[in-house]
Amino acid sequence: MTIALLQIKNLVKHYPSVKAVNGIDITLNKGICFGLLGPNGAGKTTTVEILEGINQATSGEILYKGLPLGDQFRKEAGIMFQSTALQDFITVQETLQMFANFYPQQADLDELIQRCNLTQYLNQDNRQLSGGQRQRLLLAIALVNNPDIIFLDEPTTGLDPQARQNFWKLIHEIKAAGKTVVLTTHYMEEAYTLCDEIAIMDHGKIIAQGTPKALLEAHFNDVILRLPETEISDLDCLPFIINNRQGHIEITTSDVNEVVSTLIKNNISLAKLQIRQRTLDDLFIELTGKELRA
Amino acid sequence: MSFKRFLSILSTRNKEFLRDRSSLGWNILMPVFIVAGFAFAFSGDIGKKFKVAVISQATATTQSKQFLEFKYIDFYSVEKMPAAIARAITKIQRHQVDMLINAEKQQYWINTESPNGYLLEKILSGLNHNNFEKQTVSGKQIRYLDWVIPGILSMNMMFSALFGVGFVIVRYRKNGMLKRLKATPITAFEYLSAQIVSRMILIMAVTTFVFYGTNLFVDFVMYGSHFNLFLVFALGALSMICLSLIIAARVSSEETAGGLLNLVSWPMMFLSGVWFSLEGAAPAMQLIAEFLPLTHVTAAARAIMIDGAGLIDISYHLLVLTAQSIIFLFFGSWFFKWD
Repeated sequence: MTIALLQIKNLVKHYPSVKAVNGIDITLNKGICFGLLGPNGAGKTTTVEILEGINQATSGEILYKGLPLGDQFRKEAGIMFQSTALQDFITVQETLQMFANFYPQQADLDELIQRCNLTQYLNQDNRQLSGGQRQRLLLAIALVNNPDIIFLDEPTTGLDPQARQNFWKLIHEIKAAGKTVVLTTHYMEEAYTLCDEIAIMDHGKIIAQGTPKALLEAHFNDVILRLPETEISDLDCLPFIINNRQGHIEITTSDVNEVVSTLIKNNISLAKLQIRQRTLDDLFIELTGKELRA
Repeated sequence: MSFKRFLSILSTRNKEFLRDRSSLGWNILMPVFIVAGFAFAFSGDIGKKFKVAVISQATATTQSKQFLEFKYIDFYSVEKMPAAIARAITKIQRHQVDMLINAEKQQYWINTESPNGYLLEKILSGLNHNNFEKQTVSGKQIRYLDWVIPGILSMNMMFSALFGVGFVIVRYRKNGMLKRLKATPITAFEYLSAQIVSRMILIMAVTTFVFYGTNLFVDFVMYGSHFNLFLVFALGALSMICLSLIIAARVSSEETAGGLLNLVSWPMMFLSGVWFSLEGAAPAMQLIAEFLPLTHVTAAARAIMIDGAGLIDISYHLLVLTAQSIIFLFFGSWFFKWD
């Protein structure tokens, strides 16, 4: 029988005024990217901090390679927090070297620097780094001990689309190297692109878990048709449930042919008609019943 | 304990401090400014009074009583014990006291190099008290500046120790740096000891620089061993750094930390005998001062610099500072939280 890399059993964390984590179970196998999603206050950061050994659980069990979290885990885990300050007046190279010295086993620093695109910033003071450069340095720090498991807490928050795409490329490379990644994010597209498996949390509990594709198939068998409002003179002529959204109407249906036929019958132009599949955004809102709270 | 991890934190912290030019400059310049200010303020003898130490004031002879009734002379009693008399004579040698008089035996001591001693002798002889037995001593004058320099160096060390370690740890805790370190194999002991050693090195380097730098233009007295003084300052720095660890153990707000550090540093600055002697101060104040590390650093440094005291002479202060360092370090490490 293969031992799971990380196994969480009935994890509970209660604060005096709130039950942040309320009995969750997760099993992570080696080499997967696991996404933990949820609105603000859902309990995902608390969960991840307990897994990282930063926070203490009220009850429950966490096993890493079959053993309770301990020195081995601390040496073999890489962590990138949502926000970490770096020491002022210290260069990128010195920062990496300092963190590397903490660990008995180290990644090849030259290769790591190249992979994270830090070569040209090595002698730059941490204070002078841009958002993207800083996130790449924090990722490099998380990888400095050549970890078996890497925790990434909202790693692309605040990055521009180009920097985010570059970051995703790096995470794909990490996955390709056989590392296990635990990712928390607010970006559903990010979760869909990177994660092999996701869990959606709300109110301290996991409310859905599986591969993104399986979850979408399990919850949705329909698509969304979208038209500009200006194309439709009389909404009453359409026998469907219609949502108005930012100058467009949206019709959710499992029978596209029927909707298209009705539109044609009512002389509505289909020139600007858009049809889109359901996404994790839709699933998130469906399950948590709220808009994304970034 | 991993020496590699310890050295890594130590080296990074040293680089951080040395590259922070404004902080480094302030650490060096502040004591220089204070010493220069005092040198300027006390360059004259404005408002100086005659000061006479008196043995056996209660059993003074009639002739002695006539002298003791003189106005505008500050008379103070000295016990009839040999040690107390020896201390008073040392003060005459250093021009801190102008005359010592035994009011019962009609003896007096003056410094042959002291103008005030000469004048007091003339006053005494003006009373036709030629039957007083004269004893003379000699010695270089100890200025207030010489007396206050050990306190200023100790005080500067105190601020550097308290704020340089306590404040920095709280800042790291607030901005998440400590939390990040907690996620690595580094232990609290390795981290704290690196912080202590880093600040010790910097404090000793800055104090040495300030000591020799200010001595170039102020020329203060130094009768004792430089090594002993270095030892006292090193132990003093350690005790005050450890004290700052207690303050910084759990606080995560820079404002709270600043308030607590001021709460500790300001009373120490005024109750530790930096600016004025605690001799003759209220017993309660003297008792409080006994618990303050700055009191012992200042007293030991002053004893070495002004009295040429050896390690045995200041062993009490060294013991207290060692005990305080151990106690503060124990509680500082015990209460320490990464986040």
